[in-house]
Amino acid sequence: MSSFGQPPPDSQRLRLVDNPVDRLARTVEALLVIAPRPLSLQELADAAEEDAERIETALGLLTGRYREGRSGIVLEQVAGGFAFRAAREAAEACARLVDRPTQRGLSQAALETLAIVAYLGPVSRPEIARIRGVAADSAVAGLVERGLIAEAGREEGGAVRYRTTPLFERIFGLQSLDELPALDDLGEDAEELRGRLEAMAERRGA
Amino acid sequence: MSAAVSELALDLEAFEGPFDLLLTLVLKEELELADVEVAAIVLAFLKHVAARSEPDLEACGEFLVLVSALLELKARGLFPDEELDFDELDPDEAAEELAERLAAYRRFKSAAAWLEERLESEQDRFFRLGPAPVTPGRERPLLPEEPAKLAEALRALAAEPPEPSLRHLTLTFPPLGLFLERFRAVLKRRALFVFDREVDGLSRIEQAVAFLALLELRKAGEVSIAQDAPFEPITVKAA
Repeated sequence: MSSFGQPPPDSQRLRLVDNPVDRLARTVEALLVIAPRPLSLQELADAAEEDAERIETALGLLTGRYREGRSGIVLEQVAGGFAFRAAREAAEACARLVDRPTQRGLSQAALETLAIVAYLGPVSRPEIARIRGVAADSAVAGLVERGLIAEAGREEGGAVRYRTTPLFERIFGLQSLDELPALDDLGEDAEELRGRLEAMAERRGA
Repeated sequence: MSAAVSELALDLEAFEGPFDLLLTLVLKEELELADVEVAAIVLAFLKHVAARSEPDLEACGEFLVLVSALLELKARGLFPDEELDFDELDPDEAAEELAERLAAYRRFKSAAAWLEERLESEQDRFFRLGPAPVTPGRERPLLPEEPAKLAEALRALAAEPPEPSLRHLTLTFPPLGLFLERFRAVLKRRALFVFDREVDGLSRIEQAVAFLALLELRKAGEVSIAQDAPFEPITVKAA
């Protein structure tokens, strides 16, 4: 006689149902599954009417449960909150099911503009154009349309300023903009470039 | 099909701005400004412009600035003793500023490359994007209501509305003879009368019948009718 399908012993079942952390974890799980965007700790705490500390414990439990290699649904910390996503191993199947126009074909101009907005935002189009040395209008419009950047007030002169959206952080898998690498760490030393240009100037002046 | 489209997109992005081009040139180890062939750059740029359906005026303007800067630098190379003509522009200062702007541009170019890599590595993270979040509906408190008042309000709605009048649907014509007699009586007292004044204040339908009566009298040769111009008063005289 197999024990398959038999209810677990009473003691075990009681533990599953009554453990308050488990119960809170189920609530958090439910909130995350209906949420249209990442939920912050505070949002989860407010909805569950629990304090943030206990939510964190529940999230810890869920993170262990919903992780790559164990579950098709993965709990990730992204864009300032917590959200479910598909496991990476299912990416190909997911790609066959849905199209992702938001990410497709970001041009070099769009990526440069996006980088400037991500690091300097809120920033206006004239400022972007000054840095890139070329008008940024169509790149900005394209990024706004894709929902990666959004208007964020105006500067004194009246030019609209832009900043990146939570969707940007989510698509790029960032918890926040702080996760962007420091600008000075990027590329080769700016000094080297300056040296080369100065050498040019000297040759020219000679 | 899709491959052809992406190739096209790459081609369009070939020219990303003067800084991009200049940076590429400066970073080539062997760059010697005198060796930069402006003609080759111009040809490459023209090719780029020709590939577009519409000329990008902004890009053309920026390109002109760059090419003229290059030409100026080359020209200066030809005249070593530049203090004669170029004293208003400190070449060291200009180079310093250019270097700074190029360095700033280069940092963001690297940042863009980092973003591109990141996008590529995060390509297999699929998630659902929901519609705009629905905030929990705030309950709209209802005032306590008396059932009797509610019933009264409902009764007003349930009551049969009054029958609408259909009187306007049936036209009642006054008899033609009425006006024949009237006009004949008037002409017995007066030599002439103005039709408009006579029917003034009557309903439209009465006026119409009065006019028919007038035509009848004219047809029978009892009256003569005169009117100075269309819409002017009609004068009626006994024939």
